Amino acid sequence: METMMGLINLEHEHDFLNELTYFRCGAATPFAGRYRLIDFTLSNMTKSNISEIAIFTKNKYRSLMDHLGSGADWELNKRHGGLFILPPQWHDPSDVSKGDLRHFCNNWDYFERSKSNYVLISGSQFISNMNYQELFEAHLESEADITLLTTDYVQLPEHDTSLKVEVDENGKVKAITNDTKNPHVFSGIYVIRKSLLYALMEECIANYKNHFFLDGITSNLSRLNIHSFSYKGYSAVVNSIDSYYQQNLALLEPDNYQRLFSEGGRVYTKIGNQAPTKYNGSAEVSQSLIATGGVINGEVENSILFRGVKVGKRVKIKNSIILQHCKIEDGAHLENVILDKDVTITEDQLLKGAKEQPFIIAKNRTI
Amino acid sequence: MKKECVTMLLAGGAGKRLGLLTKNLAKPAVPFGGRYRIIDFTLSNCLNSRMYTVGVLTQYSPLELHKHIGVGKPWDLDRMEDGLTILSPFTVNDGGSWYLGTADAITKNIHFIERYDPEYLMVLSGDHIYHMDYDKLLRYHKEKNADVTISALEVPWEDTSRFGILNTSEDLKINQFEEKPIHPKNNLASMGIYIFNWNILKKYLEADARDSVTNHDFGQDILPAMIMDNRSLYAYRFDGYWKDVGTIQSYWEAHMDLLEESLSLSSPNNNWKIYSHDSNFAPQLINQQATIRHSLVNNGCIISGSLDHSVLFENVQVADGAVIEQSILLPGVRVGENVILKRVIVQENVTIPSNTRIIAESTSEPIVLSNENLESIS
Repeated sequence: METMMGLINLEHEHDFLNELTYFRCGAATPFAGRYRLIDFTLSNMTKSNISEIAIFTKNKYRSLMDHLGSGADWELNKRHGGLFILPPQWHDPSDVSKGDLRHFCNNWDYFERSKSNYVLISGSQFISNMNYQELFEAHLESEADITLLTTDYVQLPEHDTSLKVEVDENGKVKAITNDTKNPHVFSGIYVIRKSLLYALMEECIANYKNHFFLDGITSNLSRLNIHSFSYKGYSAVVNSIDSYYQQNLALLEPDNYQRLFSEGGRVYTKIGNQAPTKYNGSAEVSQSLIATGGVINGEVENSILFRGVKVGKRVKIKNSIILQHCKIEDGAHLENVILDKDVTITEDQLLKGAKEQPFIIAKNRTI
Repeated sequence: MKKECVTMLLAGGAGKRLGLLTKNLAKPAVPFGGRYRIIDFTLSNCLNSRMYTVGVLTQYSPLELHKHIGVGKPWDLDRMEDGLTILSPFTVNDGGSWYLGTADAITKNIHFIERYDPEYLMVLSGDHIYHMDYDKLLRYHKEKNADVTISALEVPWEDTSRFGILNTSEDLKINQFEEKPIHPKNNLASMGIYIFNWNILKKYLEADARDSVTNHDFGQDILPAMIMDNRSLYAYRFDGYWKDVGTIQSYWEAHMDLLEESLSLSSPNNNWKIYSHDSNFAPQLINQQATIRHSLVNNGCIISGSLDHSVLFENVQVADGAVIEQSILLPGVRVGENVILKRVIVQENVTIPSNTRIIAESTSEPIVLSNENLESIS
């Protein structure tokens, strides 16, 4: 039976979340009350029977490594395979490779050692809860060189920077463009045969290229047999402050919540061992997503509270995202605000951002 | 390898007075507090007190309990040298038998204890709710130079007949141990937590095993025999929250206690965390029409109705118009529209049809609702 190995490639992901990515990479940014962005891709891989997963990190990966640990919470602490975090650390003076090609080339022995003949490559910004086996089966059946996972969106600003795919009637990819009117958005996830990955990598390095997908695949569109596989389930692209804010709050719609969390099975994350959330006598909570470990004495509306958030009396929180272990003291009012973790808002403070431009407070601050 | 102290956790009890809650489940495995099982409190106390050599004695209906404990991973008790060992009754050359009593369970596992050649043996029971630093207890035991130390707390005088009562002198030396006395002389109740000098306990266990007219029980046989022999037994005063959830009424009361704003046990306490399994459900979704007061709610819940003084375990759904008061909803419960529940304990995975109304009067015991009695009650 053919199998895939997994690769989460963070080399070309930018730290797009301003204050939230001052000290962490985008993949490690908290999302949806108890997760980090990377959890969705990682859980999908685990659920798709991918038992060896590598992560190419670029910078600010301390928080990512703290989150992933040995991979035990994703059942990736295994004798065979498991999780391999591959930081950019190499000192070969004769090495001429650039960009993510340096990762591929310096870690090639890792790929070679695997018994899998295929590699599933993904970033961390495509949020979904799915099983990649269907994509893999379609790939094997079509005998394509490469199969791209695409999905159709009503265009949002965050899709501007995503690649779009033009397909003929047989599912064969004719063009990969930036055409903002094209709704077939490339998720950043694709399957490729390991031997082809190696050949394209060698070719890119020989030509001093620095981006495996753009230089190795998009540029060779005419001579490769590239197919697309269309995903119909719930998904979101998170690649900007605006999309981070909107896509978090989108999960307050019961329909979206159900589709992301109930249809594809559970999404794994680092276990925090928090007590159930405590709602005291003066709590008023509506239309909100609340993680465990919190104590709520005030009003929370249309907001997301991560683990261990304390909400004091007479507090009003509206349209806001409060990351883990924040403390909102009595009488504070927050609207259209994103608080990074461990922020304290002192008594009777008033903070208000615009709906289109939430006000962000960096972690550990006391306001 | 030598360990100073070995812990034996008694988790084989049937908990008959919990009725339906323990029908197919050992009492220590009964869900508690919105995310835990009762035994999690004792196991977490072991981790937090650095007691790393733990034998868990199981007997009654152990499947769920064994699955829950596993190799002890959530409590960091999956260790190279010692850690957690599940000790179930076993057969030997000449037959073997069930554990006949609390003392017999320890006697049958002397070979396990001797592997660690300990100075002290701590005996705990896996069916109480409390936070306690066992290391303090051990230090007290050493300071007093005692043969046995029994952890005890003051209970209201009217409750004394439910407990083993310790009659002590002023320095807390125990003169008499009275099991469930009708005319109590003291209100200091044993919490079922003992530390013994192992070499002394071993002699008494061996003698007890030879005795044909004994119940093989610590409270009824071993401790009275030690007092009779003038051994030095001391009481250790514990003054935190402690609850024996032995009956449906006390199980329900303990949950209502958790909802008190001031109770230290339920305030998120990072220095004394309680560990358990996590099933990785998504955060709870509180919908537009929901109202939630004085309640504990866990991951995976979707709430549209109203909750007051209630505890919801993971993956519970409460539909529009439902009113849940003073109730406990175990994992996987589905509550239909306009359901009214008051003082009800709903067992795992029960689906309550819309417009059902179940109310237990405050004078009677809370109702336990399971798939078997759902139709007859509603």
